[in-house]
Amino acid sequence: MINLDQKIYGYRRDNNRVGIRNYVVILPVDDISNAACEAVSNNIKGTIALPHPYGRLQFGEDLDLHFRTMIGTGANPNVAAVVVIGIEPDWTQKIVDGIAATGKPVQGFSIEKKGDIQTIADASKAAYDMVHYASGLQREPCDISEIWVSTKCGESDTTSGFGANPTVGNAFDKLYEKQSTLLFGETSEITGGEHLVKARCANDAVADQFMFMFNRYQDMIERWKTDDLSDSQPTKGNIEGGLTTIEEKALGNIQKIGKKCMVDGVLDKAEMPTSKGLWFMDSSSAAAEMVTLCAASGYVAHLFPTGQGNIIGNPILPVIKVCANPRTVRTMSEHVDVDVTALLKRDINMDQAGDMLLESLIHTSNGRMTAAEILGHQEFVLTRLYESA
Amino acid sequence: MIQFIVHDEDDSVGVVTVEGLKANDTLKGWIMDQDVLIDIKINQDIPIGHKLAIKDLNEDDTVIKYGVDIGRTISKIAVGDHLHVHNVKTKRW
Repeated sequence: MINLDQKIYGYRRDNNRVGIRNYVVILPVDDISNAACEAVSNNIKGTIALPHPYGRLQFGEDLDLHFRTMIGTGANPNVAAVVVIGIEPDWTQKIVDGIAATGKPVQGFSIEKKGDIQTIADASKAAYDMVHYASGLQREPCDISEIWVSTKCGESDTTSGFGANPTVGNAFDKLYEKQSTLLFGETSEITGGEHLVKARCANDAVADQFMFMFNRYQDMIERWKTDDLSDSQPTKGNIEGGLTTIEEKALGNIQKIGKKCMVDGVLDKAEMPTSKGLWFMDSSSAAAEMVTLCAASGYVAHLFPTGQGNIIGNPILPVIKVCANPRTVRTMSEHVDVDVTALLKRDINMDQAGDMLLESLIHTSNGRMTAAEILGHQEFVLTRLYESA
Repeated sequence: MIQFIVHDEDDSVGVVTVEGLKANDTLKGWIMDQDVLIDIKINQDIPIGHKLAIKDLNEDDTVIKYGVDIGRTISKIAVGDHLHVHNVKTKRW
């Protein structure tokens, strides 16, 4: 049995949140500022730029989500300091102010009236100081429960439902007992099992919020669908892996919330939890979008079960892959952090598999790189709600 | 060696967990929740991860896995048949 009272070594930030990575991020407000951010990141070693395609002429709830995602990403405890670059000063400052509330170093630069070259020079000087600051920080002992852990599965197949997903569920049950802050989501991928999630909600208010989010997503699908989604959800990879219907996929999916955890609260996309426990976040089931939202919500480690072999990573959130499919482990071993194929042979039980995953979570928290980090997977994919104005 | 797994004894289906199984092979299966072993002969080649019927089903029957409804049959399915998108559809969307 794994000892979850052992300390992990993380970076304690000014707002008392704990990170397990220590990035200096160069964050573009908008698509046209990507070039300047990438230039700064080229100049100053030890920084990462997070280019993305959005941030212009968004409005309403979609713009709110853009700001939440940008601010949440910069505020994430895996990030030590942030340079923000945008074309205009106002939206740039709004993101700087949001990140500054955490107490970490953050500076904003806008390109209008200066041009790229002067902006890159000014921002590079700021980034230089931030790398000096961040690289001087020391890891210190922290409780495992201070590591916020999210989960989402991808390229699932039937072995996900038998093996990799309940392994995450077992780990979640054990973390929940330690009063960790946990997250799941993938709203459309609960279709067919929504009654089971509703029954796990801690009280009627949470159950009502969950069903509101669930029905809102169903309404969106009904509005736009041109068929029964059998080309998209399940995906072609899911079907190749043996999953036949969305209901079957959903029942496998919700194995990730274990047998004991209750759903303590519900979040809209990229919102931050306000207390410990297991949270449901309304979110896309597409891997890179969902994991990007987890990072923006403040999660610092991610458990990702796969069947057919999803290769996703995230620039600031370490993604730990767990797999129970022997063919995938044989053909794609470089993408698998935790091999639980022994479950399907009855060679280990779920408790042992859960402990293997928690062991990997502890190693990752202490600084060991995940498969996706080593392979350079840095998918940063923003969720959009509708067209720009 | 386990060649297919069933979540619960009331389910209609099991899942093949090894590669290379051919029609007329008799498979050793494990029902997880009750921890019981069973044998079933399959009627077609079934790839790893795909389902076999462990109960006879009529057209428009409900398919049960994890003890829960996962869709409806669109043709008759016999014990040992490959059960997938060609003979089962979602009840949603």
